Amino acid sequence: MNSSEIPVLQADKVSKSFSGQRILNGVSVGLKRGEIKVLIGPSGGGKSTLLQCINCLVLPDEGSISLAGVEVDLHNKKSLYQLRQQVGMIFQDFNLFDHLNALDNITIALRKVKKISRTAAEKRARLELEQVGLGDKTDLYPAQLSGGQKQRVAIARALAMDPQVLLLDEPTSALDPELIGEVIAVIRNLAGKGMTMLMATHQISLISTLADEILFMEAGVIVERGAPSLLLVPGCGSKSAGFCDRLSELADGECKC
Amino acid sequence: MHAQLNAVVDAFPYLLFGAVNTALIVLAAMGIGLVIGVVVAIGLVYGPGWLKLLLSAYLWFFRGVPILALLFLFYFGLFSYLNIQINALAAVALVLGCTTGAYQANIFRGAIMSLPRGQFRAASALGMSDVAAIRSIILPQALRISIPAWSNEYSIILKDSALAFVIGAPEIMARAQFVASRTYQHLPLYLAAGLLYFLLTWAGISALRKLEHKVRIPGYSGEEQT
Repeated sequence: MNSSEIPVLQADKVSKSFSGQRILNGVSVGLKRGEIKVLIGPSGGGKSTLLQCINCLVLPDEGSISLAGVEVDLHNKKSLYQLRQQVGMIFQDFNLFDHLNALDNITIALRKVKKISRTAAEKRARLELEQVGLGDKTDLYPAQLSGGQKQRVAIARALAMDPQVLLLDEPTSALDPELIGEVIAVIRNLAGKGMTMLMATHQISLISTLADEILFMEAGVIVERGAPSLLLVPGCGSKSAGFCDRLSELADGECKC
Repeated sequence: MHAQLNAVVDAFPYLLFGAVNTALIVLAAMGIGLVIGVVVAIGLVYGPGWLKLLLSAYLWFFRGVPILALLFLFYFGLFSYLNIQINALAAVALVLGCTTGAYQANIFRGAIMSLPRGQFRAASALGMSDVAAIRSIILPQALRISIPAWSNEYSIILKDSALAFVIGAPEIMARAQFVASRTYQHLPLYLAAGLLYFLLTWAGISALRKLEHKVRIPGYSGEEQT
């Protein structure tokens, strides 16, 4: 197999149960370099759990995770730490470190994980903050930032680690409507630069314009997958199209691009 | 009145040295308690079930037995039984340290659990080890949150240190009692002792208040509510 055909990240037959309840049931997802896949589906369908299983914040009960064709040893903590350095994660509720300013939110992992000097880490952090339009907010603490700014710091923090893949778990869901645009712009910019992404989102504009493939999840299973040009055709009867129509109605059409 | 004042003035250097001993006991006890408290709290929050059970037993023991009983148990009982030569000051610091360690563990445990869970997850997602996440992300915040409760613990341990006089440690209370029983000037001497305790309480709590202000997180903690 040509090396370019090997998925950067591959989750194979991943299953997970909590308290005896099956949340994921043999889900497989692969991401090739530069590919963007979008997870959609009703709440409780397993999207967040799948993303957390992929970078092993939650350990799968069954299945495997491979990075650039090499299977990750799920029982070896060092392997997990290394996987997570390669697979960035953006959370719905930002999860910035409240005691650190925007700059140090980014430098802390560079210094503690990558063992980069403080000066070099700060230089990189300033660059990343400028990339997301927050070059003038380096000294502000999370409590002094708006939701959109917090999420952009979180994205800059993940990108500073030079991940091969970025996982985004509903990155705009906790934001006020007027702040969503700034985060979407950053994600579009990343897509333009060829970042490999797997994203759970309810943002129609991201689903329809960025996704190379839509994965519709329901009850812990991917029940439908395909390109937006196939699945989102009006009247095609796909679950994805129906779901997006309902999202559009809820958003009153304002987010539809 | 003159005789009473004289008794205090004469005894003051002697009492002051007792205050130094009290301060040493309390500083050592709070230091021991801080180390025990942080380690036990981390074990209670992140440790496996068997460790949590073991640490809970420690908490129950030191929170459930009076300090006076613990002092007798350790100083006259355990240390004698094990033939450990230890002076009274060190014994008091150790017993108070283990006791406050149990209370501090619960203070830190509460502070750790009050932090949003997502912060640990975010640190892990960046590739930090559990130890690095606890040390660089969780503890700096939990310790800040704990300062007000910790200053309460300081004043409690300071006052509990007066019990040290029953095993003969030369601290404020023991020295005041010693002088009072010889001069029969009980009222002024115990007032002087009370004043020294008050000054130590005030100094410690003021210092901790300053620390709380100095390490506050802008826009988040340590700001006065209006």
